Amino acid sequence: MDPLLNPFDYFTVPFGAWAEAGLDYVVSVSRPTLLAAKVPVQAFLEFVQDALRATPPTIGIAVIVVLGYLLSGWRLALTGLVCLTLIGLMGAWQAAMTTLSIVIAAVVICVVIGLPLGVLAARSDRFFKYLRPLLDLMQTIPSFVYLVPVVMLFGIGDTPGVIVTCFFAVTPLIRLTNLGIRGVREDLVEAARAFGASETRILIGTQLPLARATILAGLNQTVLLSLSMAVVASMISVAGLGRMVLEGIGRLDFGSATVGGIGIVLTAIVVDRYVQALGAATPRDRAGG
Amino acid sequence: MTEIMPHQNAIDCQNLWKIFGARADEALVAAKNGEVDKDEALKRFSCVIGVADASFSVAEGEILCIMGLSGSGKSTIIRHVNRLIEPTDGQILIEGRDVMGLNPKELRQLRARKIGMVFQHMALWPHKSIADNVAFGLEVQKTPKGQQRAAAESALEKVGLGGWSDRYPDQLSGGMQQRVGLARAMAADPDILLMDEPFSALDPLIRKDLQDEFLKLSREVKKTTLFITHDLDEAMKMGDRIAIMKDGRIDQTGTPESIVLRPETDYVSRFVSSISTLKYISASEIMTPGKAKSGAPEFGASTPLPVLLAAFTEGAEELAITDGETHLGRISSTDILQAVQTDLKRV
Repeated sequence: MDPLLNPFDYFTVPFGAWAEAGLDYVVSVSRPTLLAAKVPVQAFLEFVQDALRATPPTIGIAVIVVLGYLLSGWRLALTGLVCLTLIGLMGAWQAAMTTLSIVIAAVVICVVIGLPLGVLAARSDRFFKYLRPLLDLMQTIPSFVYLVPVVMLFGIGDTPGVIVTCFFAVTPLIRLTNLGIRGVREDLVEAARAFGASETRILIGTQLPLARATILAGLNQTVLLSLSMAVVASMISVAGLGRMVLEGIGRLDFGSATVGGIGIVLTAIVVDRYVQALGAATPRDRAGG
Repeated sequence: MTEIMPHQNAIDCQNLWKIFGARADEALVAAKNGEVDKDEALKRFSCVIGVADASFSVAEGEILCIMGLSGSGKSTIIRHVNRLIEPTDGQILIEGRDVMGLNPKELRQLRARKIGMVFQHMALWPHKSIADNVAFGLEVQKTPKGQQRAAAESALEKVGLGGWSDRYPDQLSGGMQQRVGLARAMAADPDILLMDEPFSALDPLIRKDLQDEFLKLSREVKKTTLFITHDLDEAMKMGDRIAIMKDGRIDQTGTPESIVLRPETDYVSRFVSSISTLKYISASEIMTPGKAKSGAPEFGASTPLPVLLAAFTEGAEELAITDGETHLGRISSTDILQAVQTDLKRV
């Protein structure tokens, strides 16, 4: 009777072994391709990293303050000034710049990949039908589960960190680009067509500008998810603020972990506010309407 | 008077069918053979018949009103003219050219230069200034910037919105927005205007203003116009001719007078039953044979009833109807009263 009541003590499916064998196979087949795909990501990341690290903090803060003033006004400029100064005073400037460069690299790649996918999804019901379950899956997987296949496929370090961040953060941008374009009033699109605009022109001149607010909301999500992932990715040896926290926990170094944590919060505040300001400011607002 | 040359129609639509649905081809064959009607097509093929065998033509400079209730297919028809919708079957000719034969570039040129369209809900682009909205058709055709601006401003001038160029659509009232819509349609000086219920979203008073102004403007610029409306009064007012649609078919096409006085189907007669015929009745229709008393005022056979009525209120006892020389008949006050009585009964 026992096997009937507790069947799993006697019979299990070696799913773990299968997964390993499957992944081994994928790795052996696709490793060269994947390593080649890594090269441009790495080059871009290094470019951003070098630029941010080479910028002296004073100049970095000045740029952020001016940008904040131009985008929105004194309040935003002041937020940028205070947050960045605190980061610098805590001694987390270099780590913050490393994290920021990973976030920037990941977000740019997300835009390059996510925006066209979102546009395509909006234009083709069929494509969206197949894309949607994939997006659902990508959004339900917890962030650190992504780390396993990425480590196996791309190794460890900052570049795989960017790649895993992209996987994790790109979904809202695709979704909201799709949603934004589908939400553009049909007669506005029809009017553009009726006056002789080509499909490309309708997309660039009518649909994207009118979907702008929704797309930028997606971008904001993508940026914040990138930041959270860039921290989690410290588990696969990605440098920056996340590593300060992780190492702090590992060594029971409460001070270092706290500095890292607060640094992450301050960076997040700056990034979020600036991206939101980008969404709110339209050419008309700036013209003083 | 010189004989008018027999000229090509500006728009010619022949046996147009539009069936929506995956099995449109099967449904088309069945519908053409008369095997299925609108409901049957939906049941058997899950297809919606939008337009069924519609033919009409619009002469150069003419205003044709297509009138029908919602779902009658009128908005679908108008979108075939500039091929925003592809027909399932049939032909649309613009000045003799088949629009289905145009390649994408020619089609875009046709839309930008030859045809202007006005939409029910204005459909102005909120992110563009008024001038940029109006100049859009020219912009897509890469007209020089200066020319675009000049054309936009002159079009806005025509609709009474000079000086509003740099505002944005949301700063304008509904009536003003539709004026912009009209200016946008006319900016490229197209020969044809497509108007898809342009005034139905407006308040009654503003609607009347815009109708009057459009008629005035239309007389000046002489544009061939296809005008869609669900409002019979509007159709009577705007149209040189009216086509009445029901369930995707055109029930009757004719002048406002002929539609009101001689409805050909039950549907049309029910429709026009609320319209008073008095304005459209002419002397020839109510005169009785015989010679009027000498000295009675003379009128032509096509004189409309309101004019005849005025003659009686000014003291005439009887009217003589002539074609200038020959005597055709006479009209007494009783004839007039009978006409009024008949009209009152039918309303």
